[in-house]
Amino acid sequence: MSSESIALSTVGDARPIGERLHDWVITVDHKKLGILYIVYGLIFLIIGGIEATIMRIQLIVPHNHFVSPEVFNRMFTMHGTTMIFFVVMPILFGFGTYLIPLMIGARDMAFPRLNAFSFWMTAFGGVLLYFSFIGGNGLYGAGNAPDVGWFAYAPLTARAFSPGHSTDFWTLALLVSGVGSIGTAVNFIATILCMRCPGMTLGKMPLLVWLNLIMGGMLILAISPLTAAQIMLSIDRYLGGHFFDTQAGGSAALWMHFFWIFGHPEVYILVVPAFAFASEIIPVFSRKPIFGYPVMVAATICIGFISFSVWAHHMFTIGMSSYGNTFFTVTSMIIAVPTGIKIFNWLGTMWGGKIHFKAPMLFCIGFLFQFLIAGLTGIMLATSPFDWQLGNSYFVVAHFHYVIAGAILFTIFGAFYYWYPKASGRMYNETLAKWHFWLFIIGFHLTFDFMHIPGILGMPRRIYTYEPGRGWEIWNLIVTIGVFFQIAGVLAFVANLLWSLWKGETAGNDPWDAWTLEWSTSSPPPDYDFAATPVVQSRRPLWDLKHPEDPDWKYE
Amino acid sequence: MSSATLTRSTAQPAWVLPSRGRVGMFSLIAAESAIFTIFVVAYIFYLGKSVSGPTPKDVLELPIFSTICLLSSSLTIHLAVRALRQAKVGVFGLWWLLTLTLGAIFLVSTGREWHHLIYDKGLTVSTNLFGTTYYSLVGLHAFHVTVGLLAIALTMILTFLRKVKPEHSERAEVFSLYWHFVDVVWVIVFTVVYVIGR
Repeated sequence: MSSESIALSTVGDARPIGERLHDWVITVDHKKLGILYIVYGLIFLIIGGIEATIMRIQLIVPHNHFVSPEVFNRMFTMHGTTMIFFVVMPILFGFGTYLIPLMIGARDMAFPRLNAFSFWMTAFGGVLLYFSFIGGNGLYGAGNAPDVGWFAYAPLTARAFSPGHSTDFWTLALLVSGVGSIGTAVNFIATILCMRCPGMTLGKMPLLVWLNLIMGGMLILAISPLTAAQIMLSIDRYLGGHFFDTQAGGSAALWMHFFWIFGHPEVYILVVPAFAFASEIIPVFSRKPIFGYPVMVAATICIGFISFSVWAHHMFTIGMSSYGNTFFTVTSMIIAVPTGIKIFNWLGTMWGGKIHFKAPMLFCIGFLFQFLIAGLTGIMLATSPFDWQLGNSYFVVAHFHYVIAGAILFTIFGAFYYWYPKASGRMYNETLAKWHFWLFIIGFHLTFDFMHIPGILGMPRRIYTYEPGRGWEIWNLIVTIGVFFQIAGVLAFVANLLWSLWKGETAGNDPWDAWTLEWSTSSPPPDYDFAATPVVQSRRPLWDLKHPEDPDWKYE
Repeated sequence: MSSATLTRSTAQPAWVLPSRGRVGMFSLIAAESAIFTIFVVAYIFYLGKSVSGPTPKDVLELPIFSTICLLSSSLTIHLAVRALRQAKVGVFGLWWLLTLTLGAIFLVSTGREWHHLIYDKGLTVSTNLFGTTYYSLVGLHAFHVTVGLLAIALTMILTFLRKVKPEHSERAEVFSLYWHFVDVVWVIVFTVVYVIGR
């Protein structure tokens, strides 16, 4: 197969479309699978975005009748589940799958077939979830899509309260995609530890690779409890088990523990690859090497460990002992320390640098600012008495959207623009990208800054409408208006990706004058990635190559 | 620039990386351990919380014989892998067959124990919390034994077909890691369910 045929764009490939699509279905190539993950995630991003828009239209004025309460319940359940499991995770896995072998000078992942298996498990998990709209009625005629919330607390998930099959679709979708995630994690770890090119010791790996290694370890330990809990829930629902059946001595709180011991590390599983993107993009656009490389690695490992001891801060409102509350308050505050160290490292990288304000860098700067605020509201919520007041309010919703949209989604957009030339061979349109950035950041702040306020005023999450005269109207109106700016931004983004695929300028191997190995091969890379296995001597092999008079390895 | 300039000079020391099979299997074992941990935690958490009988004390008997069989299969698989590494394919086949037999004995004893519990003692998944947690935990382990036995049986067939060669010893060794893991899990399940839980 010629090197052109693996290009993201199939422009110029003369073979019939069926044959070209067949290539994508049977592929075990890490670049194609990475792109499949990403495209799949983008499709679900649109679907999850539509669900969010439906909810915001419903809440724009009090006593609105845009959708019924039942549909509203399905929308927030599907929105949460989709965005976490079928948007952010696949996109991050896609970038990891695409970039890790290229960055460590390998020709593919350690287990290419496992890679394909993992992708298709994730893909079918998402299909299963959305099939519930058709198949969820089951024999009982009771509701279609899952409507139990994305953390599906017991006993709402019991047969008595959720008849029909909607909850089972939710359970199976997460079980199936969880198996895929574990496969991906195993593959990431084996690839990074066993496939590095000569000279690339652990201390010379790009930070993106390091952070994905840590994410892989966290995935293995965090997804498994979710898988176990879903097996238990299925036993309860299908075999008449009593794990979460309070009438037979079971415990509803146990589900919460099992879910959140997955759920909180999951937040860090999502944000660590976001850190990874920022750690690659910020140095290149500041024209300086990353500040404090070993400290960045150590801080991320710390975050990985501590993230497994903070889960019950999601459960302050259920009434734990004062020792439990104190422990989880303290650990949740401690995790802010390594996170703060990382923020200072990125600022240290930018400090005194020659900053190029291209789209990838703009999104990373937005990330830094918004992640800081997300962290600050996180510390507020980590204080258990404060959480008793604001738990399950819109303040919490605003906080975690600041993390997931403001930090993770922003770096994902940055990563799209940064690696788009590599994957497609063409440059994106910078003007359109700037429009995307400004529309999205305005929309983001309109929506999520003002969402804190109704939360403080007492508006609980997951209500389908509210009474007028509580002072919530104006804030809900502003929040919903912001959504339309975000939609406009995303439209600019999608238009840019599609338009540039055909009309973009040819990018060349190394459009950013960057330093990691993926930029040494052609854009898009050939099937075999590297014609000859590269050898590295420092963390910035391409710097050494471009500046033989002053190579990095003299100083490392 | 071309990647050809990033090639290796000949004076470097040998570049040795860990085996991807071992790393992959250890990662999988870590994931499996996390799943078992959750089930063990649930079992311990629900000890004595059943609102109706039967209790573990009433119905469980120590499965000494099947435990001995399963634990000795760890030794036999180790000897099998060692034989293959030394290119003694025939000896490998014998030890491998013994492993298969010992694992199968374990599985049959579990089946008989469950039959006894279900038909004689009236304990099912839905009877009480003990039934739910017991069948889940022991069943999850038995499922792992079953998967392992399928793999062992497949390798046995390949051995009869003379497809197994000494160069496959690393793969056999990677699989044996899984089998050892299944044994270690049984030690924990045995301790929790049959010793502490009774």
